[in-house]
Amino acid sequence: MNSASHYDVAIIGAGMSGLAAGIRLAHFGKRVCIFERHNAPGGLNGFYSLGGRRYDVGLHAMTNFVRPGVKGTPLGKLLRQLRIDRDEFALCEQKQSRIAFGPQGGTSLRFTNDFAVLESEVAQRFPAQIDGFRRLVGAVRAYDDVSLDAPAESARAVVRRHVTDPLLEDMLFCPVMYYGSATERDLEFGQFVIMFKALFLEGFARPFDGVRVIIRVLLEKFRAAGGERRMQCGVRALRAHAGRATALVLDDGSEVTADHVLSSIGAPETEVLISDQSKIPNPQSQFFTGALTFVETITILDCPPAALGWGEDTIVFFNDSDRFDYVRSADQVDLRSGVICIPNNFDYGPGRALPEGIFRCTCLASYDRWAHLPEETYRADKARWYAAIQRSAQRFLPPAPAGAFARATVTTDMFTPRTITRFTGHFGGAIYGSPVKHRQGRTALANVYLCGTDQGFLGIVGAMLSGISMANFHILQKG
Amino acid sequence: MTKDECKQVVLDIIADIAPDEDISNVKPDVRLRDQLQLDSMDFLDIVMELRKRHGLEVPEADYPQLASLDSCAAYLTPKFTALGK
Repeated sequence: MNSASHYDVAIIGAGMSGLAAGIRLAHFGKRVCIFERHNAPGGLNGFYSLGGRRYDVGLHAMTNFVRPGVKGTPLGKLLRQLRIDRDEFALCEQKQSRIAFGPQGGTSLRFTNDFAVLESEVAQRFPAQIDGFRRLVGAVRAYDDVSLDAPAESARAVVRRHVTDPLLEDMLFCPVMYYGSATERDLEFGQFVIMFKALFLEGFARPFDGVRVIIRVLLEKFRAAGGERRMQCGVRALRAHAGRATALVLDDGSEVTADHVLSSIGAPETEVLISDQSKIPNPQSQFFTGALTFVETITILDCPPAALGWGEDTIVFFNDSDRFDYVRSADQVDLRSGVICIPNNFDYGPGRALPEGIFRCTCLASYDRWAHLPEETYRADKARWYAAIQRSAQRFLPPAPAGAFARATVTTDMFTPRTITRFTGHFGGAIYGSPVKHRQGRTALANVYLCGTDQGFLGIVGAMLSGISMANFHILQKG
Repeated sequence: MTKDECKQVVLDIIADIAPDEDISNVKPDVRLRDQLQLDSMDFLDIVMELRKRHGLEVPEADYPQLASLDSCAAYLTPKFTALGK
């Protein structure tokens, strides 16, 4: 065995979960290497540069925010496990967010990082539901959401035992699903609990410089602990013998060996690495590929969005229809619902503001209707849908003066399901991965484990905890 | 290594893995879990750091021996001695 190409642990993917797992393993003396196909780390929560600007992708806000001194929550566990001082993330809290339902957003629930705000909004808008809502919150708080072997139960069924008004039910599901659900219409109650806590009982925050701050901290910890990283070096296949991975075949055809493999690329995507690929003509349709994918538009403005009269909302979850329909989009984009993110509306402290206005909108989309378009049609469709999404989303904000948004626009960008698959390798552009989660991270091979999205802890804090738990559970605890 | 030094080893580890805990008044005869907010992930870390820093193995069956500083000292001191420390 060539020791130069043998690792205790090989990690596939330099996203949040892979980096977090790598830090743990390297800290405890494992020889570990992260293999990443792209030139930039971050995976589903990365950033890119275009025209001299750096754009965040994926992350609107870091969820799970708690203030210093609040213990026993995912953020605290993560900081401890990775030996990160919370000041390194320099998190700035959201100002306020809203869930806005109805054709013009007539029914609205405001929430902040102080849970009492949401509670009082529910009491005011849904007085008949407040007792049930409080019971639901009690059930959420009591649930053991880090258990690796909890039984599956429908979140809709559990929530309906407490909340009987379908409007309130949908308003609670909308943010929870948009920020993490890989399943249509409903999700498993354990996943609902993770997201409900992350969004409502904990909260939103962001480093002033965005997600790159978090990635930079992770990279630095990993490097300092002695971890290796090979960028632009994807893993093409896993060779196996007698139920164990024996080698990783890299994109350039060379091979390395490892005692353990942690794959953050998704469950179906990992299965394809393990399978004999010549026998799978169309892997994207063979496995439990997620149905849910998104488009996102980013508009750079020459003024803060608040100057257009849009107030201080950080995130707005909207839906214009009678019911909230979180399903695979029939059209290229589903304009009925979506999420607005205004990064300027985090509280960066006195006199500290982002240099430009940023206005981001996310909507459900169809992978199939974007994936195979000729380049010219693809570009034209992007331009058409960009405009339609702005009109749709702005229904849920106070009206801006006529033409003001267009005049303030400096530049725009848009990513589609096709972009997601190109840059993350996720089949079907499925940001939240497969609907089938593998809590214990097991695969067909005894020494290959999943971490990240398809292990089933959600959000970026969840992704990092997933890497940590899988590294602990499968590798470090076993000595 | 004396029992007091052994307790200090454990406290030093706790200070590193849980810097947000106040360890200035930890009572040696009270379970760590009852006076500090430490979960199972943190206890695993104590075990892992003992191995990393001191080459000392604590099998899973013996984790309950780490419940308090006193029990840590009683359990770990002979192990340190056996390693010539």
